[in-house]
Amino acid sequence: MMGFLQSGLDSLPGVAAMMQFKPPAASSIADSVDQLYLMLTGITIFFSVLIFSIIFYFMLKYRRKSPGESGTETHTPMMLELTWTIIPSLICVVLFVWSSSLYVRNGRPPNSSTEIFVIGKQWMWHLQHPEGPREINELHVPVGVPVKITMTSQDVIHDFYIPAFRVKKDVLPGRYSQIWFQPTETGTFHLFCAQYCGTNHSQMIGWVYVMSPTDYATWLAGGEKTESMAQQGERLFSQFGCGNCHSPEAAGHAPSLAGIYGKPEKTQNGETRVVDEDLIRQAILVPNSVHLPNYQPIMPTYQGQIDEEQMLQLIAYVKSLGSEERMNGK
Amino acid sequence: MSTAIAEAEIHETPAESGVNYLNVTYGIKSWLLTLDHKRIGLLYLGSITLMFFVGGMAAVLMRLHLVEPQGALFEPETYNKMFSTHGIIMVFFFLVPSIPATLGNFLIPLMIGARDVAFPKLNLMSWYLYITGAAFALYATLSGGVDTGWTFYPPYSSLYSHTHVVTVALGVFIAGFSSILTGLNFIVTIHKMRAPGMTWFRLPLFIWAMYATSLIFVLGTPVIAITLFLLGMERILHVGIFDPSVGGDPLLFQHLFWFYSHPAVYIMILPGMGVVSELITAFSRKKIFGYAFVAFSSLSIAIISFIVWGHHMFVTGQSIYAGLVFSVLSFLVAIPSAVKVFNWTATLYKGSISYEAPMLYALGFIGLFTIGGLTGLFLAALATDVHLNGTYFIVAHFHYVMVGGAVMAYMGGLHFWWPKITGRLYPDLWARIAAAIIFIGFNLTFFPQFVLGYLGMPRRYAIYPSEFQVLNVMSSAGASILGIGYIIPLIYFIWSMRYGPPAGPNPWGAKGLEWTTQSPPLTENFETIPIVTEDAYNYPSEGAHV
Amino acid sequence: MSDLATHGAHPQGFAHQFEDIEQQRDAGRLGMWVFLVTEILFFGGMFTSYTIYRALHLESFVQGSHQLIVKFGATNTAVLILSSLTMALAIRAAQTGKKKGQIIFWLILTMILGAAFIGIKLRFEWYRDYTEGLIPGVHWFYNGPHAPGVKMFMCFYFFMTGLHAIHMVVGLGLLTVLVIMTARNKFSAEYYSPLEISGLYWHFVDIVWIFLFPLLYLIGGRY
Repeated sequence: MMGFLQSGLDSLPGVAAMMQFKPPAASSIADSVDQLYLMLTGITIFFSVLIFSIIFYFMLKYRRKSPGESGTETHTPMMLELTWTIIPSLICVVLFVWSSSLYVRNGRPPNSSTEIFVIGKQWMWHLQHPEGPREINELHVPVGVPVKITMTSQDVIHDFYIPAFRVKKDVLPGRYSQIWFQPTETGTFHLFCAQYCGTNHSQMIGWVYVMSPTDYATWLAGGEKTESMAQQGERLFSQFGCGNCHSPEAAGHAPSLAGIYGKPEKTQNGETRVVDEDLIRQAILVPNSVHLPNYQPIMPTYQGQIDEEQMLQLIAYVKSLGSEERMNGK
Repeated sequence: MSTAIAEAEIHETPAESGVNYLNVTYGIKSWLLTLDHKRIGLLYLGSITLMFFVGGMAAVLMRLHLVEPQGALFEPETYNKMFSTHGIIMVFFFLVPSIPATLGNFLIPLMIGARDVAFPKLNLMSWYLYITGAAFALYATLSGGVDTGWTFYPPYSSLYSHTHVVTVALGVFIAGFSSILTGLNFIVTIHKMRAPGMTWFRLPLFIWAMYATSLIFVLGTPVIAITLFLLGMERILHVGIFDPSVGGDPLLFQHLFWFYSHPAVYIMILPGMGVVSELITAFSRKKIFGYAFVAFSSLSIAIISFIVWGHHMFVTGQSIYAGLVFSVLSFLVAIPSAVKVFNWTATLYKGSISYEAPMLYALGFIGLFTIGGLTGLFLAALATDVHLNGTYFIVAHFHYVMVGGAVMAYMGGLHFWWPKITGRLYPDLWARIAAAIIFIGFNLTFFPQFVLGYLGMPRRYAIYPSEFQVLNVMSSAGASILGIGYIIPLIYFIWSMRYGPPAGPNPWGAKGLEWTTQSPPLTENFETIPIVTEDAYNYPSEGAHV
Repeated sequence: MSDLATHGAHPQGFAHQFEDIEQQRDAGRLGMWVFLVTEILFFGGMFTSYTIYRALHLESFVQGSHQLIVKFGATNTAVLILSSLTMALAIRAAQTGKKKGQIIFWLILTMILGAAFIGIKLRFEWYRDYTEGLIPGVHWFYNGPHAPGVKMFMCFYFFMTGLHAIHMVVGLGLLTVLVIMTARNKFSAEYYSPLEISGLYWHFVDIVWIFLFPLLYLIGGRY
């Protein structure tokens, strides 16, 4: 407890600075979320004050004057009941439309986003930039550029949360979730895990460094030289012998992967699915569940042979195969 | 005024002179084997009070720990066990049974003019199930605890946690059957055991609320039971139901869990709303404003509550369309709650209002529930929920509803019916002081948490960044005030059982069949079953001095 | 029970908290219906999970279904339907005031059929599953195609049939009590509620099996 007192005293001068009521708003969507938040706060204050003052007024005006006194019977006017049913309904409709349109708009990343890959594991964030550099519990991004984050978990459910950007999404094992943001100011911001994930959940935190584009370029170039994620993925591609079948020369054993990402494909059980991160992952781990109808289900499973990081690199490679030429060119 | 009620009043006998349900038989056995709904209500009262203080102790320790950013008392592992214990005990072993199992058990037969519930043996069995479940939970807590949070999310709970998950889940599973059987008993009792003339629209609103609650007990609880069963099997046998690496889906657990646990929120608040309807009318001596609206809003809340569970999962990556549907439904459930608040407030209009302790709790309930309900809108709204989900905002919001709402109403109800239950009065001044302390302590504890949440502090953090310290210290200070506020009633209630002045059958001058019998009531409640000829809350209009 | 309650003469089995035997009968019946609603939700959680996983892993579940032997499932279905009939006949016998020997005969026949169901389940199905290593987490060495999915299917198979079997055992317990009560002349043409509401329960357990059988044994177009 002494420690508490001590730190309490130490922090006194800082109290004013620390008594902030608004988190930094540092992304393109933050202000729009704050406006809605402000509106909701206004509604909450309005109705709370309204109810509280009516109660206080009635309490004083109609207080019992003698012990035997009773209240006066009032009838229930239908109009009044309807009014206070309909007005809250209308407010709710407005709020729903407002918040949902924001949500839908904020949910879709712009096409030009740079993509960063995240793996959550007990109890750290592991991040990798497409250019290759890896980071632990730190994320460096340039200001003013939309960034898409593709995330998965190696163990339990985590949640990637950057309060200053007003973004948050659960990070689940066995599938990929995505968020995006566009930082609007440089600075250092909190990164939290917001889904309880075990003993050191509260230490699964980090910092997001938003840098000017030139600083970012310097930072990117400054680290130790690594291959890009797609190159790493390509190496894995040949290491696991994927190319033996999945290349144009392999004479129809398996579909060519060039340009397959983002295209709708019909699988053998008749459903049409867009080839996304989840589908690629499934195709590698449980190939028979999604093989294409024109091919024999002969691909072996790679369950247990590829870790989450390698999986992301393979996905980055497949995504980089924009066209047939690039594959042929190799 | 009905002749039957007048007659009953003539037959009143002072509690001291006559036989009543408390003194009709003596000995531990007469209590442990009792089939009297009132005694069973008291058995529950004792056991949930114990659980409340166990859960409360965990809360106090957590708040003490959080006065320092690095954590003042425990290792993170211990802190995690604290909040898990707090959540599990408070939700499953205090809030869910609180009003239904104590006040509901005690009052339903009295209020509808019946001798007992429909199935007294089943009622006793429900208590034993509850006790068994609670014993498992306490055993797990004492033998090392559980660290999954009360939500038991897999795969953490199924594959990674090294604590007593199965024991606790089993405890909750067993206690769930207690809820189911209590709900079943209440539904049948309310349908079949009403006194002659007690039509549905003459029922006190507390009964409507208990009926709606019972529906949720019966429809929701089996789902959580089966969910926890699957979780236990997964944990023991590693069969992979919630393990994505072999094709399981951890989100399925969340869907099933919230299918029960969101309605469970209304299991906690609906009975509170029922209690408040009774208190407001009794202390304004006036009919409730908009009886039918208040009654049907209970039912509509119960029904809508089953289709809003997805708002707990907005950030899990459910599809945008699912998000939109759950969002609009969640807004929808706000409306019947708003209707209730307006009707309670309007009931005060032209009332004859007195401010004994139960009324203070009732008014506190309306205010705090209003804030709790309105802050729910932030979480029904998709765009703000993304930011606030999983932060202290959530913690503040549901404590305003659960503690500011349900517990306030429970305390109010306990103070209101205490003279009926024990036949004795408690010191009203102390009760008012305690009510004020609880109100202040509560707000000081939980209001800063709204701000913390908006600032981005995630919940369930044993260690937190130092800029959140000031608000955390405020919250902890509030918690210690709140703790004192809860201890005072414990003391004067125990005192009043022995030394309190006799209450008489109707100390508040309230309406309702329970006030027409002696305090404490006879074993079978009424000497003759009353015949009801008037609406609920039929207070004489002004001028007619009693 | 209590000397306060002086309701005069009432038929056998009358509980003091009720006004009359009619109210008691209504309450008992409603209670059982509410209980069955709870039961539906209870099995419902399991059925929902099963349906979702079946949709996710259709081929594995078909493969899993092929591990079961339809003829035993079908036999058991017939046995259960027959037991529902004998149960109904027992109630009918009580209702029409037949001799207690006749009621007991139908009840015991129901019990025999119920026991036969469990016997077949244990001996020819679960025991065989055990010897063939088809019990996930306990005795599992299936390594045919779709192993993880088949494992999940077998999980649900055991959970669902196991839960159902527990309900059967409870039902047999109820029937035993009913036989004893009948033998002690507790029932008459006026009062036979315990028989009636136990009958409701028995039929419900039967209906659950009617759903389980096609869901577990017949999916995947084998028949």
